[in-house]
Amino acid sequence: MNSRHIAWAVGLAALVALPFVYREPYHLHILVLILIWSFAYTAWSIMGRFGLVSLGHGGFMGVGAYVTALLWNHLGVSPWIGIPISMVAAGVLALVVAYPCFRFRITGHYFVLVTLALSGIVLQVITATRDYTGGSLGYTPNRAPSGKGLLALQFDDKTTWYLIALGVWVLGLLVWRWVDRSMSRYAMEAISEDEDAAAAAGVNVTAEKLKITLISALMTALAGALYCQYQMFISPDTVSGIAVSLQMVFAVIVGGLYVSLGPTVGAIITIMLAEVLRIRFGTGAVGWDNLVYGVLLVVFIIFLPKGILGSVMERFKTQPKKV
Amino acid sequence: MQAFLDIFDIYLLEAVVNGILLGGVLALLALGLNLIFGVIDVTWICYAELVMIGMYGMYYMVQVFGLPYWVAAPFAILLVAALGAALHYIVIAPLLTAPPINQLLATGGVLFILQSFATVAFGIDFRNLGIRLPVLAIGEMHFSYSRLLAFAAALIGMLAIYFFMKRTYTGTAIRAVAQDRQIMSLMGVDTKRIYLITSALGGALAGLAACLLVLQYDVHPFVGLSFGPITFLICVLGGLGNFVGGFIAAFVFAQIISLGGLFSDLEWGYVLAFAFFIVMMFIRPAGLFARRS
Repeated sequence: MNSRHIAWAVGLAALVALPFVYREPYHLHILVLILIWSFAYTAWSIMGRFGLVSLGHGGFMGVGAYVTALLWNHLGVSPWIGIPISMVAAGVLALVVAYPCFRFRITGHYFVLVTLALSGIVLQVITATRDYTGGSLGYTPNRAPSGKGLLALQFDDKTTWYLIALGVWVLGLLVWRWVDRSMSRYAMEAISEDEDAAAAAGVNVTAEKLKITLISALMTALAGALYCQYQMFISPDTVSGIAVSLQMVFAVIVGGLYVSLGPTVGAIITIMLAEVLRIRFGTGAVGWDNLVYGVLLVVFIIFLPKGILGSVMERFKTQPKKV
Repeated sequence: MQAFLDIFDIYLLEAVVNGILLGGVLALLALGLNLIFGVIDVTWICYAELVMIGMYGMYYMVQVFGLPYWVAAPFAILLVAALGAALHYIVIAPLLTAPPINQLLATGGVLFILQSFATVAFGIDFRNLGIRLPVLAIGEMHFSYSRLLAFAAALIGMLAIYFFMKRTYTGTAIRAVAQDRQIMSLMGVDTKRIYLITSALGGALAGLAACLLVLQYDVHPFVGLSFGPITFLICVLGGLGNFVGGFIAAFVFAQIISLGGLFSDLEWGYVLAFAFFIVMMFIRPAGLFARRS
């Protein structure tokens, strides 16, 4: 175990040191995007690994991004306060939808479709309130006056953003690990096998599921708010709705649902693929990245359901001795 | 007061009738999805994208190759039916024993594939058939013939499926498989063949819907997103696999969208419909017409 800790420490130190050595803005930009999306995908996988497949995470991300930006633009609330508020809003939304779901045992297909309705609602509300949110044309947080960048959480240099994104990404991994080692994990695994049996064994099914859902929704909203602050532009298509939800599912499945770095690997693969195609083929590549995603998603689910990293790690794991 | 009521009623009535007309097409879509779910126990998340491909098929046959609408329509239905069968053969069949979530996500992948295929192959421009059907005016209300035609054709399509399921040997086998998968294969029914036929039927219904929708809406690669989600909600609300429930839920949803759109923007109609769905899920988790066990 010790060598593993050292490897983590060295890897992390190298990642922190990277922007001070290597300053190519475009590559740093890609890295920031990868880190922010990795965090969002990790948030999804915290729920998804226990069979709680949600297509509502696009909704949580949209709430995180839009509430933060709207508070800043209309009420002048600094994102330092706006982001916690947006996370609370997403958390409340998650509880309002999830509590009855879990209370009435809505699982499987039905749960997926209820959450699909949730992300549909958020997308339509953003589009319908176009007087405030700019509708489908997108929305830009106001530029802070010079010298107030820290207050407005707006930074021009990529290094600051890289470090923020790195910190949040590490936080996401720590939460993942914390859940992985907690009693909740055993409770959730029991629930995903058989809810009635888990309840009979003394697991509070509704409370455990709600806890996991809440953690996941809060993290997703934070990812949405950070994405908004970094990109300084959000539109319903990029941060909310069904397409974003499916994109999360896809990246996590490709990377690996059951390993902590799986979502990160998924984010690296999807974002690099999109960028490579974009650079190589320019505007002619519109659509090609999603075409490749789609084919990969189908192929992975059929042949490699544990994802790339999950399968690789299984190879290296020592096989349990047969008696 | 009286004058106000008169004006109000006419718009209200027009919205109600338009809601019923919309309900017909939604019911057709819901029927196809329910058929697939009831028999194969799989949700095709990409169902609306099959419709989108069918709409492009119609566009190319009518606008580019100059076929008359009536000649093109059967070809479009056949095309989407073949697509449905291929979807089953390539994607679903290898996953029949996989967890249901994996099947659902695989069809989510197909959704990506179809959408981006359309983007790559056809571009993102909005296209239409260029056929403008006249508008029927009753008093001060206006109904477009394309909607009336869609409603009538959707009803005929649903009736055809009903008689197919009730009167033919294959239809009976399909209904039997929906009731009990394991037993029917023991009884000598080739379930693989039944699954393929069902998928083709589901595709054919999507194709029919495509022929009708292309008269009312412009086609673009993301057109599926505008009625796909609503179709799933209808099926769930009616109880997945429950044909009658889906039929009624389609009209309920269409009324909410149409009336919500009357009082405010169309988006708010959709928001209302989605919210109604979530509330209903809590009141009747297994669908509107679930039998209490």
